[in-house]
Amino acid sequence: MKVMHRNILFTIIAILVVLILVNVLHEAPTYNLKLETLKQEYAIKPTPSVDHSKLEILQQNFETPQEVTAACISCHTETHKEVMASSHWNWERLSYVEGRGISASGKNTLLNNFCIGSNSNQQACAACHIGFGMNDDHFDYKNALNVDCMVCHDNSEEYKKGTSMAGYPDRTVNLQKVAQSVGTPQRNNCGSCHFFSGGGNNVKHGDLEVAQLSTTRDVDVHMAVNGMNMSCVDCHTAENHQIIGKLYSVSTNNTDRATCEQCHTNTPHFSHVLNRHGSKVSCQACHIPEYAKVNATKMAWHWSEAGKMKDGEPYHEEDSIGNHRYLSMKGSFKWEQNVKPDYVWFNGTADQYHLGDSITSVPVQINTLYGNYSDRNSKIIPVKIHVGDQIYDKEFKRLIQPKLYSENEGDSAFWKDFDWEKASIAGMHEVGLPFSGNYGFVETEMYWPVNHMVAPKEQALSCVECHSPDGRLAGLEGFYMPGRDRNKTLDTAGTWLIVLALLAVVGHGLTRIISTIAKDKYEKQVIDYRQEDLTD
Amino acid sequence: MRKVYIYKGFERFWHWTQAALILFLAVTGFEVHGSFEIFGFEKAVQFHRVASWMLIGLIVFAIFWHITTGEWKQYIPTTKKLKEQLVYYVSGIFKGEKHPTAKTELSKLNPLQRMVYLSFKLILIPMTIISGIFYMLYKTIDQNNLVVVEDYPLESIAFWHTLGAILLMVFLIVHVYMTTTGETPTSNIKAMLTGYEDLEDEHTENEPLKNTH
Repeated sequence: MKVMHRNILFTIIAILVVLILVNVLHEAPTYNLKLETLKQEYAIKPTPSVDHSKLEILQQNFETPQEVTAACISCHTETHKEVMASSHWNWERLSYVEGRGISASGKNTLLNNFCIGSNSNQQACAACHIGFGMNDDHFDYKNALNVDCMVCHDNSEEYKKGTSMAGYPDRTVNLQKVAQSVGTPQRNNCGSCHFFSGGGNNVKHGDLEVAQLSTTRDVDVHMAVNGMNMSCVDCHTAENHQIIGKLYSVSTNNTDRATCEQCHTNTPHFSHVLNRHGSKVSCQACHIPEYAKVNATKMAWHWSEAGKMKDGEPYHEEDSIGNHRYLSMKGSFKWEQNVKPDYVWFNGTADQYHLGDSITSVPVQINTLYGNYSDRNSKIIPVKIHVGDQIYDKEFKRLIQPKLYSENEGDSAFWKDFDWEKASIAGMHEVGLPFSGNYGFVETEMYWPVNHMVAPKEQALSCVECHSPDGRLAGLEGFYMPGRDRNKTLDTAGTWLIVLALLAVVGHGLTRIISTIAKDKYEKQVIDYRQEDLTD
Repeated sequence: MRKVYIYKGFERFWHWTQAALILFLAVTGFEVHGSFEIFGFEKAVQFHRVASWMLIGLIVFAIFWHITTGEWKQYIPTTKKLKEQLVYYVSGIFKGEKHPTAKTELSKLNPLQRMVYLSFKLILIPMTIISGIFYMLYKTIDQNNLVVVEDYPLESIAFWHTLGAILLMVFLIVHVYMTTTGETPTSNIKAMLTGYEDLEDEHTENEPLKNTH
């Protein structure tokens, strides 16, 4: 009976142990049905329903790009209205911003800390405007013929905008070939502007650059040619030419954003612990461990050093990887490659420094991303922080829009005349703001959310990257994070308590041993004494 | 002296499993806390969670066992001979005096043990487990998540949980040491392993759990 009980008990314990071991050592299967479904969905590339090369109206030698636009409109009779309602055309968007009310934000009203601003420099900057002929601030936003359909829809890789040609195409472009090729925007359509913003490849974003035209999964798991080979518009979908996704250097509201969740849902992991992180941590925070993975990006730009000459001539210096370290026209730069992002709280709303705003704190925040831990809509996002200094009006305490570009010398443009005062007078005159004549350079900061260059899941951040005292989130405040934070008083008191307990039991034990030995001796003496007594 | 079956099968199973789990939870828990690195943060968190549910399960069974067997009565606190017991540990033990309270199968615990174990069961363990459950279920919500624990700051949840862990470690140290204060240094541990212990024949006069078994 007893043996049987023993056997039963042993069996139960053995089963329990096995179950526990299975539970602990069991690895979740790696087959992710959600991901497989997505892969299947995006593997099928849509085929166009119209071959534009067969259309009669496109069988002509276009003299001007406007003629192409007219041909487009002859079939797509209302589409220009959609385009002309977009921020790609208007270069600004109306939105409500706390403390500012309803205001327009965009390239016409804002500054940045790269090439500073487009006003008075349209001739050059309009190379990234989807229109023709924006050479000053009198551009006609109502003229549909100036809509540039080709820059986004050219599928021949023939089209390119001319350098400093106010948005007109380069003179070498064969417009007929382009017009007959049009289709869904490809990576190089979007990339022709978004890869080169700031005047060169990967200058501004850090996570958008020419390498993504043809890259590997290590660099960008979505766009990789040996991966899903996705194009920009697969995620940045559009209805009526209103493309979702926004950049918070110019955008303010938490609307129409392109998100990871729109495809991956907000429970993409097998692990509930990881899914739960999603309420406070953006996908990008863990899945973009580094940006600027192929080519370097600009991390700092100091305009204050611009204008130096060598033998009376402007000059440039390059760093070890061939990027400009100094340009007389622009000042000094710092480039970095494989950059670990900074991390901030962000709730999807932002504000920018608007032309005419007073400088209240230094460094001047070119844009401010709102959010904090206790805000339910806030998540931790990775950002590139671009720092630098730029010209400001010391008396009126506001940033200056300088005139930088001109074709000719003697036109007040800094890039020709290297005279900050003249450039400031001309620039501020165009934006309609007074200039005191007293200028200096002030430090600025700009925040660029990092959303692209998502790494393969094997490269996603491990827990300790953040859950440790000196991890990536060491600087984020307002919340308690296991592994990073601890109650120091409790830890100190606890350590002492444990040490004291150890000392106490060791002391007690030693005393017991010593007293036993002493007692032994005493008892032996007693016994000896008795024995002596007996023998006597 | 007589050989008595003092610790039942389940009791021993419960005791040693609980001991192992608490030790394992301490190792993984203090790793999550950042005190040292053994398994790596991610594995430590996983293991800690699995072990914690096992401990909770075990304790549910133990509570059932205590209630159904009436063993809970062992922990009714008493002040009788409490002072004597204290004096014994402070001085009597060094003079080779006898334990002031006799151990029987119906009264396994001396007044000091009753008090310490009762607080262990009613304060220390609940504090650690409840704060641990809060810790485990802690989340702030987004649109689609259920709120389990929301605005109660994780900082204070972590405080109580860490405090519980530290006190458990102190308990462990003293408890392990106190097992050596039996008839012989190993007699208590042997009893908890085999279930059998040699106990005094005669009952002391003020036996708290007089009974008619």
